[in-house]
Amino acid sequence: MGQITLEQVTKSFGDVQVIPPLDLTIEDGEFCVFVGPSGCGKSTLLRLIAGLEDISSGAIRIDGTDASSTPPARRGLAMVFQSYALYPHMSVRRNIAFPMKMAGVPKAEQDKRIEAAAKALNLTDYLDRRPGQLSGGQRQRVAIGRAIVREPAAFLFDEPLSNLDAALRVGMRMEIGELHAKLKTTMIYVTHDQVEAMTMADKIVVLRAGNIEQVGSPLELYRSPRNLFVAGFIGSPKMNLLEGEVAAAQNAHTIGIRPEHIDVVDSGPWSGTVGVAEHLGSDTFLHVHDTGLAETVTVRATGEVGLRHGDRVSLAPREDLIHRFDAQGLRID
Amino acid sequence: MATQHSRSAARLMMAPAVILLLGWMLVPLTMTLWFSFRRYLPLRGGDLGWAGFDNFTRFVTSSAFWPSVQTTLVIVGGVLVITIVLGVLLALLLDQPMWGQGIVRILVIAPFFVMPTVSALVWKNMFMDPTNGLLAHLWRFFGADPIAWLSEVPTTSIVMIVSWQWLPFATLILLTAVQSLDREQLEAAEMDGASPLSRFTYIILPHLGRAITIVLLIQTIFLLSIFAEIFVTTGGAFGTRTLTYLIFQRVLESQNVGLGSAGGVYAIILANIVAIFLMRIVGKNLDR
Repeated sequence: MGQITLEQVTKSFGDVQVIPPLDLTIEDGEFCVFVGPSGCGKSTLLRLIAGLEDISSGAIRIDGTDASSTPPARRGLAMVFQSYALYPHMSVRRNIAFPMKMAGVPKAEQDKRIEAAAKALNLTDYLDRRPGQLSGGQRQRVAIGRAIVREPAAFLFDEPLSNLDAALRVGMRMEIGELHAKLKTTMIYVTHDQVEAMTMADKIVVLRAGNIEQVGSPLELYRSPRNLFVAGFIGSPKMNLLEGEVAAAQNAHTIGIRPEHIDVVDSGPWSGTVGVAEHLGSDTFLHVHDTGLAETVTVRATGEVGLRHGDRVSLAPREDLIHRFDAQGLRID
Repeated sequence: MATQHSRSAARLMMAPAVILLLGWMLVPLTMTLWFSFRRYLPLRGGDLGWAGFDNFTRFVTSSAFWPSVQTTLVIVGGVLVITIVLGVLLALLLDQPMWGQGIVRILVIAPFFVMPTVSALVWKNMFMDPTNGLLAHLWRFFGADPIAWLSEVPTTSIVMIVSWQWLPFATLILLTAVQSLDREQLEAAEMDGASPLSRFTYIILPHLGRAITIVLLIQTIFLLSIFAEIFVTTGGAFGTRTLTYLIFQRVLESQNVGLGSAGGVYAIILANIVAIFLMRIVGKNLDR
């Protein structure tokens, strides 16, 4: 069980309020991702849930019971840190055993759980090594192993993949996803990378300056961002945001159109000069200038498109997929 | 210029410094070795020729030898234990955020800058004096009879004085080690359910292991040769004669350079045994 509820939670450091009153419910078994630019308070929020920071006011409930002043160890949560925070002088086995040793789990049970965790995480051959002798991905798995053996109500991940290289990151992303499917335990995952958020989450919480901008499933956020911030943050490459005449024609202050919803056509309503064309093989990202709409309009074309720097191009947006926003930046439906 | 040439040029340039340092070390060492085999009594006839191993046997068989070795070990060991235990505690304390941190840290280091002779005099006259010392006043305040520190518990007194001098050094090195500990490790341990005490034994202490061995090594080397503190306070009386002090007495008070030099050779051997022993521990600890 691991339902976590935040009720009117605030956090201030001195006079600076980093988390204004905030309500959020994370259901049991959910994979919830906190995403936002750096400094938006997502790590602070995670540390508040973990109990490493005390909340200034409000309440944190874990499975319905108030845990606001419970010390971190007794909240039944396990955390994976950005730096992994492995104990360098202990072998992998002793690292994984440490939380159980502190909890007084019998030795035989400890060994059983270590074996199981090592098997699940491909660490069996490394149990007697020190963390210093492991690669980044292996250290990451040890940190996860140390969290698993506690059989926590929920896992907390604080940007766990940011120290890995791109290839490993994709691999670990899948492994964590698999792990969640297998354990069905609540997981809260903090990241600044919207790709991680989109690929892993059941529920995404978009944060800006401590405020929740929107909560929803990845596709909900993609299909109907509630405001300009979410619109610009979710999706890669970023949504084109256009102001002025073209928006006024749609009765909006700003309109947004995703790069993948603009087609390269023979004759369309918009036209411009291709600047940089990024050929990825599967897709081509065109940065189109001189459209009269915005400085650059990004377009996702097919991989085989033969356009180069300086070519003239004609574009057609898919009218039904245009997002409209008012002067306050809120969505108009 | 090719690497080979610049390398030999570098050797040539370094040669004067190396030769000077080598001479600095080798000349006294050779002289000590030379005198240790001579019967040399400056006020009683000067150099009286070869003595063979007489000086060496006389130095070891003298009734003062073993007690002096014992005193040396007690003082060195006592100071090491006190400075390391208190040093760890002080380092943890100074690592806590507090008001006036900068000033407090400077004050903690201050005793290290006081010359040994001066600090021994200060302790002898201002703290340990049986009639006017601060400690005597303190004792009387509680209705107890003041202790005549330097005659009743002379070795303890010297250990106290020397510990006071060396505690800042230990604290400073251990404080930098404490500060280099990754905060996330402590937080991880907290999440893992470790109490403050187990966090200390399982996380902080192993992290400090390397710094502690360094303090141990450096302090041992310096503590084996403490002299001023004994000279100023007890003058070697009441069983506070260390090996260093015994050598001093043989050479200057008994005016027997040969005998003293033989003691010096023993001291060199002892220091090297300790150094090799410590190097092996340190090496083992530093390898990780």
